[in-house]
Amino acid sequence: MSSFPRSALAGLGRHPARLSTVLVVIIGILLPFWVDAYWLSTLVFVLVAALGALGLDVLTGRTGQISLGHAFFLMVGAYTGGYLGVNLHESALFWIPAAGIVAGLLGAVAATTAMRLRGLYLGIVTIGLVYIGQWVATNWTTVSGGSGGRTLAVPGNGTFSFANGLHLGSLSITENGLYYYTAFVLLALGMMYVHNLGHSRVGRNMAAVRDRELAAAVLGVNVARTKTTAFIVSSIMAGVAGAMYGSFLSFVTPGQFDLLLSIQYVIIVVVGGLGALWGPLLGAFFVVGLPALLQNEAASLPFLEGGTRTTGIPVTDATDLLYGVLLIVFLLVEPRGIVGLAHRIGSLVRRRRATPKELGVVPSLTQEG
Amino acid sequence: MKTFALQLFSGLSIGAVYALIALGFTVIFRASRIINFAQGELLALGALLTSSLISAHGLPFWLAFLIGAALTAAAGFAFQTLVLRFAVGKPDFTIVMLTLGLATVLAAALDAGFGAYPRSNGDPWGSSVVHVFGLALLWVQVWTIVTAVVLLVAFRLFNKHTKYGLAMRSTAADTEAAVAVGIPLRRVHGSAWVLAGLVACVGGVFLGGFPNTVSPSISDVTFFAFPAIILGGIDSTTGAVVGGFIIGVVQQLTAGYQPTYAAFLGQDFYIAAPYIVMIIVLLVRPYGLFGSRPAERL
Repeated sequence: MSSFPRSALAGLGRHPARLSTVLVVIIGILLPFWVDAYWLSTLVFVLVAALGALGLDVLTGRTGQISLGHAFFLMVGAYTGGYLGVNLHESALFWIPAAGIVAGLLGAVAATTAMRLRGLYLGIVTIGLVYIGQWVATNWTTVSGGSGGRTLAVPGNGTFSFANGLHLGSLSITENGLYYYTAFVLLALGMMYVHNLGHSRVGRNMAAVRDRELAAAVLGVNVARTKTTAFIVSSIMAGVAGAMYGSFLSFVTPGQFDLLLSIQYVIIVVVGGLGALWGPLLGAFFVVGLPALLQNEAASLPFLEGGTRTTGIPVTDATDLLYGVLLIVFLLVEPRGIVGLAHRIGSLVRRRRATPKELGVVPSLTQEG
Repeated sequence: MKTFALQLFSGLSIGAVYALIALGFTVIFRASRIINFAQGELLALGALLTSSLISAHGLPFWLAFLIGAALTAAAGFAFQTLVLRFAVGKPDFTIVMLTLGLATVLAAALDAGFGAYPRSNGDPWGSSVVHVFGLALLWVQVWTIVTAVVLLVAFRLFNKHTKYGLAMRSTAADTEAAVAVGIPLRRVHGSAWVLAGLVACVGGVFLGGFPNTVSPSISDVTFFAFPAIILGGIDSTTGAVVGGFIIGVVQQLTAGYQPTYAAFLGQDFYIAAPYIVMIIVLLVRPYGLFGSRPAERL
């Protein structure tokens, strides 16, 4: 965390980016007190998906390796968490990190095969991970409960359990609130890590491999090790996200972790903005939040099935249509995703009151990602 | 022995469908160096169109099949003209993601438009069989293999002996050089998508034959065909065909024999088997059996 200033508040005024980060964190902390139960659980799904997508972004956005196998690592996390938490009665302080570690180890194994492949070939082999993983999960019934699925534990430690909520004097936080804050903290830690990773030697190696693998190798970047690191980091985050996701749902089946889930994560990172720190979170808001919004408003929206209308487009189809179209539009119009769009809007606003000196800055050098 | 021969025959028939799907992938890959993730949805579109032309409008099978294939080809062409044309020169990743976007949109549209329920593919053969050497072979499987072989041969002839085939081959070999000598890139890409739509429709209709049905979810079959194209080498049409037949036979034989002879592998092994075969092949030959290893320059 060396890139953070000694006194956290010292540089805020001069760094608008940092100021807005602090604002986002404050809003994030206060949010559960404003929203109702439906939106709180949606927010938990958003944050958990953002954590998983953050991992995928390290692999795809920052290292340039196309992966459609993310659902596999989410699944590994969910089952590891479930097995340790329910069958072995471990504390959440153990099963949440363990889910990440087991997924990370499998990520390292997958990386050894992936090392030999490039680009689209890699994408297709990672599809194999999903199918082989589902096959293992269907048959390894001690851990997975078979195709019927298994339950996962509510996080807890000793006598403390999320199920009872948390009561501090007059302040009480519900079970979903505790899930929210856990996901919030995990995501914040993940984002800090990825931020620092981007400014480290490893992160620059990753960017070099992404931008031009052969040139990176010629310049002495250890391509194999860089890719393996990316795979491991990516699958650790997916594992933790998978355990949280499964625990919040309280029940998972192998069928849930299908290729469509992987594709959804790819859409999250692309729509959010590849290789941008805030991309996964913004993308998750879109891809996870949007269906929830439509579901909630279906009765009052035209064309949709819902409320008293029994004909019309089913909501799941409508959301798929919507983010399919969004994916296409973003790729053609703003390949840097929502983050890029935000930069564009930001620079439009700033240009209006920019000093001549600021206008001289080359935009591509000032933009992140 | 009889059971084995029947399993092998079903395997060949599924392999023929995989070969057609793989051909669809290869055609587009050779024209624009990308994998079309929407191939499965084009296939479902073709099968659903054909099926509903028969059931709702009472058209005869072959006519409905022709119209269905034409409409599917038109859909492929429309995507190329309306979307992909604007992405020429963008990174491969972008173009692949665009096809993934098309897949998402088409899957949802098919679900909403045709309904998710399974239906008949509308072919005239149903469950009728033909007796050959004492084996009862399904007519639809016989026709699947015949049609696939005819189409594959026709494609080969088209590719080798026509002006468009030559244009496609030169674009595949070196896009920039092809453009430099005046080959119309847009028309080459357009015809690749038309061809991909055609073979998708044929594959979809035959895939929906007895004992299978047609529904939007038949698009999933492409995920079984992926190992076929990778196994054969993605830029090789011969590879696509060989890979398709290998994967079809492997899958069918695993589905038939693994539950009795290798029960410890558990249920649904036939879904994972093609991918396991593919990964083993890739570890030995990273560009597939017939694929060419690209030369790299800085």
